[in-house]
Amino acid sequence: MQAAAADATAPGDGEVPLLALAVGARARIAEPRPGLPIPQRLADLGFVPGTELWIVRRAPFGDPLELELRGYRLCLRAEQVESLRVIPGAAR
Amino acid sequence: MSAAVELVDRPVRVALVGAPNAGKTTLFNALTGSSARVGNYPGVTVERREGTLRHSPRPVRVLDLPGTYSVVGETLDEQIVEKVLAGRLAGESELDGIVAVLDATTLRRGLGLLRELLKTGRPIALVLTMIDEVRARGGKIEPARLSALLGIPVLGVVGHRGVGMDPLFRILQEPWRWSKPLALPPADDAVARFAWVDEVCRKIGAEQLEPDTRTDRIDRLLLDPLAGVAVFGLVMLLLFQSIFSWAVPAMNAIDAGFGELERASRAALPAGWLTDLWTDGVLAGVGSVLVFLPQIAILFTFIHLLQDVGYMARAAFVVDRVMGWVGLQGRSFVPLLSCYACAVPGIMATRTIQSPRERLATILVAPFMTCSARLPVYTLLIAAFVPHRALLGVVGLQGLVLFALYLLGAATALGSAALLGSTLLKGKPSVFYMELPPYRWPTVRLLARQVWHSARAFLKRAGTIILATSVVLWALLSFPRSAPDPARTPAENARASLEASVAAHVGHALEPAIAPLGFDWKIGVGLVASLAAREVIVATLAQTYAVASKDDFAGLRDALRSDVNPATGKPEFGLPAALALCVFFVFALQCTSTMVVMARETGTWRWPALAFGYMLALAWTASFVTYQLTSRLAG
Repeated sequence: MQAAAADATAPGDGEVPLLALAVGARARIAEPRPGLPIPQRLADLGFVPGTELWIVRRAPFGDPLELELRGYRLCLRAEQVESLRVIPGAAR
Repeated sequence: MSAAVELVDRPVRVALVGAPNAGKTTLFNALTGSSARVGNYPGVTVERREGTLRHSPRPVRVLDLPGTYSVVGETLDEQIVEKVLAGRLAGESELDGIVAVLDATTLRRGLGLLRELLKTGRPIALVLTMIDEVRARGGKIEPARLSALLGIPVLGVVGHRGVGMDPLFRILQEPWRWSKPLALPPADDAVARFAWVDEVCRKIGAEQLEPDTRTDRIDRLLLDPLAGVAVFGLVMLLLFQSIFSWAVPAMNAIDAGFGELERASRAALPAGWLTDLWTDGVLAGVGSVLVFLPQIAILFTFIHLLQDVGYMARAAFVVDRVMGWVGLQGRSFVPLLSCYACAVPGIMATRTIQSPRERLATILVAPFMTCSARLPVYTLLIAAFVPHRALLGVVGLQGLVLFALYLLGAATALGSAALLGSTLLKGKPSVFYMELPPYRWPTVRLLARQVWHSARAFLKRAGTIILATSVVLWALLSFPRSAPDPARTPAENARASLEASVAAHVGHALEPAIAPLGFDWKIGVGLVASLAAREVIVATLAQTYAVASKDDFAGLRDALRSDVNPATGKPEFGLPAALALCVFFVFALQCTSTMVVMARETGTWRWPALAFGYMLALAWTASFVTYQLTSRLAG
């Protein structure tokens, strides 16, 4: 469960946009691509590479999303996380 | 350490820092009790809360800083926190200690904030809240181990139950005795910070907690695409109903009580302007302040209950998409809905909106929502001038006009929000993020205290100014005084005194400006008087038309209908002017109380002044168009 930022995954290898993830499917946050850093605000909330997360649900009208990471749940609008890329699959 | 152990005669100052929902405010209330003072940081909408530590022989001032996930200033809240912690905010003295408040169930996020705080070099103590929930979810929390690892004092509490509070009360009195943090490796970015967090969590065995199954089960229902929307609708309907009708008996009682008090004062005191000042100025003014209390109490009971239980965030989650279309947030919904009762509690309720930009937008459009004070005006004018007739045999025309007025208000509010978002408040929309806290049982004591705080804040911050304006408006309507003529009825005397007043002169002076809207000077006087509160225009019109009492609805309605212009011999007032007046009331910010509350909540008179200006411009234009169009169609 511990963040394994050292995973030597080449950028782009098996990555998908977070928003492409199915509800309930686990994934880990991927290393950001050069020039596309993870927004500071998200990083402060714990969105750092290697962190496991999953989409708990989408709101009744489709947006925002409820995400679980680091043992807590957070709602974010889709537009705020559209730059995030993840590697599907559980960390363990 | 010893250098600081001097006998300080100034109060000790400590600040609580933590994420929203970390239980910081509950802790603050438990620490300071009723001594809390709520204000604003100068010139901004950020709430400042400070109180004195209870049970402490030494004066300890506790500052409750705004909830924040990071102390690197991005949002307004964070900038305030950053400046206060650095001792760089004007008017804030240096802190003797920082209390980091972290929700023990979310340590793997929360410790990131602690890591930032450790960099400030000030004495720090860590308080872990909601330790009962960690245990309930199969986890264990050992403050002593965390303390050994970090070097700083660590305490576990359950704030709303008072568990673990005694040691906290003790250590807060002497921040300079707190043990110093151990040296830490540098962590300049979030990646390094959270790597440290993960390491700490592994060392103290803060394992992943079991899911909160109760919350999961409730959420599956309450956030379901169909059931969730239905529940949202029901809760909002209940809230709407409660502030609209449950408050009415109490409001009527306050009204009647003050009416009785005015009558009794008149009977007991000699006639004269001093008595008038007391009854029509002061008593009426106090009554007009207190009459808001039932709605404020009911609305805030509702809001705090929903907040404490955890539904408020869910409601915002459900409706966020819809509010997002006009540039607002899910949290804007409840305040705007409350404005149907009254904009005063509605604007106060915007405190639940965390992002300042969306909060300001909500405040600025709130007065467009059709408040209950407009209803008596609409009812009178519609009854007097809209034909009592059914359209297509089923829909009453009068009801339809009333509905259209409500719709016009709501549409304008949402439209202006969108417009403000793309003009005046243009810029990056605030990042929307929100936690859905676990469902929790509310505690009555906390609820009662929160409601009391809201009511007291209203009385202290707005009550006095509302009272003062009420007295000023009374003076405008009563001076210069004309001697009563015994040959005339009291109603005729009342009219004569009004006609001689400053307000009447203002009404006459306004005539050129309002004639294109179909209004004569009598409406002008009513508009001046309605600055105190919209419904006052009904009483003023009653006085102008020498109707014996403002409660004589039929008398006033007939007087309006049969008023003839002495110069032209034509009716003074008809359907076009009545509709124009209704439309004027849809748009104009004819309410001092709202403006006072706006100023208090935004920290400046600039915003209410701006709102008054644009709403007046809109009101004039819309009434002009309405009058010109309908009089042409009718003529």
